Amino acid sequence: MTTVDRNLDQLGDHGHHDEGSYLNPKYGPIATVWDWMTTVDHKKIGVMYLFAVLFMFFLGGVAALGLRIELLEPTRIDETGNLTGAALSFLAEGETVSQAAVGQAYNRVMTMHGAIMVFMFIVPGIPASLGNFFLPLMLGAKDVAFPRLNLASWYIYVFGSLFGVFSILMGGVDTGWTFYTPYSTTTTGQPQVIAMVLAAFILGFSSIFTGLNFIVTTHKLRAPGMGWFDMPLFIWAVYSTSIIQVLATPVIGVTLLLLIFERVLQIGIFDPGLGGDPVLFQHFFWFYSHPVVYVMILPAMGIISDVLAVHCRKRIFGYRAIAFSSLAIAAISFLVWGHHMFTSQGELAAMVFSFLTFFVAIPTAVKVFNWIASLYKGSITFTTPMLYVFAFLFLFSIGGLTGLPLGTLSTDLHLHDSYFVVAHFHYVMFGGTVIAFLAGIHHWWPKMFGRMYSEKGGALGCALVFIGFNMTFFTQFFLGTQGMPRRYASYVDEFTLLHQISTYGSLILALGFVVHLVVFLHSLFLGEKAPQNPWGGLTLEWETETPPIEHNFHHEPVLTHGPYDFDEVVPPGWDPKDYPLPEPTPGGHKH
Amino acid sequence: MASIDTHQPALPQPGKEKVPLWQRYTHGHHWRNADDEFDGAKIGIWLFLATEVLLFSGMFCAYALFRLMYPESIAAGSGYLDWRWGGLNTVVLLISSFTIAMAIRNVQLNQQFWARINLLITWLCAAAFLVIKLTFEYIPKWSDGKRPGALFDYPFAQHAHENVWWSIYYVSTGIHATHVIGGMVLIAWLIYRQGKGAYGPTHYTMMEGVGLYWHIVDLVWIFLFPLLYLVH
Repeated sequence: MTTVDRNLDQLGDHGHHDEGSYLNPKYGPIATVWDWMTTVDHKKIGVMYLFAVLFMFFLGGVAALGLRIELLEPTRIDETGNLTGAALSFLAEGETVSQAAVGQAYNRVMTMHGAIMVFMFIVPGIPASLGNFFLPLMLGAKDVAFPRLNLASWYIYVFGSLFGVFSILMGGVDTGWTFYTPYSTTTTGQPQVIAMVLAAFILGFSSIFTGLNFIVTTHKLRAPGMGWFDMPLFIWAVYSTSIIQVLATPVIGVTLLLLIFERVLQIGIFDPGLGGDPVLFQHFFWFYSHPVVYVMILPAMGIISDVLAVHCRKRIFGYRAIAFSSLAIAAISFLVWGHHMFTSQGELAAMVFSFLTFFVAIPTAVKVFNWIASLYKGSITFTTPMLYVFAFLFLFSIGGLTGLPLGTLSTDLHLHDSYFVVAHFHYVMFGGTVIAFLAGIHHWWPKMFGRMYSEKGGALGCALVFIGFNMTFFTQFFLGTQGMPRRYASYVDEFTLLHQISTYGSLILALGFVVHLVVFLHSLFLGEKAPQNPWGGLTLEWETETPPIEHNFHHEPVLTHGPYDFDEVVPPGWDPKDYPLPEPTPGGHKH
Repeated sequence: MASIDTHQPALPQPGKEKVPLWQRYTHGHHWRNADDEFDGAKIGIWLFLATEVLLFSGMFCAYALFRLMYPESIAAGSGYLDWRWGGLNTVVLLISSFTIAMAIRNVQLNQQFWARINLLITWLCAAAFLVIKLTFEYIPKWSDGKRPGALFDYPFAQHAHENVWWSIYYVSTGIHATHVIGGMVLIAWLIYRQGKGAYGPTHYTMMEGVGLYWHIVDLVWIFLFPLLYLVH
């Protein structure tokens, strides 16, 4: 059966008729590498970003496993100064060490984990990889608005990440990813601290470039006929994310610059000894770093909206509510930074920030309710992406709800700086963002690389990740409420069992990722060729070839239906194997 | 969104050898037309200006905090600055803002000679700003010991926290001066490209963008000048 999709027709005078897949190699291996290194194609840049951020995820993950293995048993130093317990393997066991040295080694690995995961993985993560690849495709555009800026953003990202890795190779930083003064301006290791702060500063430019590019692309390059409310919800989410990136990142830029001046020249703005104010650093830092929490989670929410609708083949419930809640989250996110510093400000300010923190939970809850309502009477298929959507709904809800006792002043008094906080934000950042990232990668993998993967392998990986994650972090809620403080290299004997469950869970989690890696490698080399639209998605990226041609579409796509018009376009009982979808009903496009 | 002005007198005839670069310009293939490309570039520049405002807003916040904490030290610190040098620099930047705006108008009207003159004046004003800043402000003050933070070494200080004042002063004017240097590089690029005939009535995106950037550099100074020089 030949194609019936009008967007695949070889019509039009300006069509790109004879183009092959964007993945087709050029004239030789060197030319191919050069082609990728100098490409301005958003798809290639998206793929390069995907591999770069996943590599950083691997590095940060290794650091996390190091922490968990160290915490398998409480570290003790006997009378002769010998280290016992399952110490960090890179601290020679049995050697004469001080408790302080153990703590510092632990802090360095912890900072490595935090700084890599935040600045080099999760902030650029979804927007720069999947966003770069799919935002123009979903809009029906040939590329992002500023393709060269897009490539520059990737190089700046790599350059900044090199600074971070360089800092670690020089011995690492023990400040924590938050770089709080005065600790960060006085701790040992001048070159490493400056390198790590510079890394975060440089990565900020890459973040701004990506965000700026996406905003202009969304405004100016939508396909003819695509109004704002015809856009897939992923675009709304990435657009809101971009606003935060553009408006918040400059503030961390000037903050980190001041921190470097403080460290090198002792200008004293954050140093109380010279008349400065360390709390000012905290305000500056969280004015960026709280909104950036939503840079991490908003694109994940966008993925969930789209993947969920496609895999339960049902119009998303409350399209406008979800779209506007993305913008609302972006706006309110700028007003809640004070909840990271309840103890370093006045009571009134703390109460106001507590209230605003509850306020930002509302648009988030709107989304969760709408997703669950969308499932009602849907034709749910239990594909790997959909399994990850369910994992997201479960884990993100726990993460969101455990945020409420932390936003409440009276309970936060007990819980702050404990493992409860660690568990909470890992449920949001991992249970939310990483799980949604995995949903998105599985959902779009066939489109990106033209190959299907093993569904059984994907499901197995998902199950391992889900079980491992819950073992690792649910235990930490208990540890936190029982009084285990965060950022400690050791603990009292009573916590041993829960810490051990957590550590074994992290190993299961790592195993889950190994399974995914194997499944993806198998798919790349031996996978079955992917059809154009394996899931029956209605957004524009499914209306071009798999993998997409170099200029995305053979000719400028025309919007014939909305992104969620499954009722009009997909007949009951449709099976992915029945591809292609029947011709959409003209005029069936509405919300 | 402004669209490109097409009502132009006396366009040069497209001859065989002398078609200027700006007439040969074709828009990027991923844009539908040159107007969309121009509008997109302008949105991009405005977003970039927003990031600049937020970058400096950090310094303005720090300024506000320390002015609240140490009002006397800030007032005393401001007293060391000569408002006449600051005022002169304000005038210099205002002139440069005017000339770059004129240069854009000139290329829109294809008055290449005047565009060139105006761009050169803009660049010279930027250089003059830096020369004034260095020779009459940074260098004498630094050698007096009026330095930031722990480097502060001024024997006649009246207040305990004048070092904090100098930190704010050097960092905020220093970031601003860095932007002036960046502007000079960009304007030099414009002068070079304009000499090649790259800008004309139907294509002047780069000039428009640099012009907007130069205005924000000017505008930041308009805020810095009273905050730093005119405190009582």
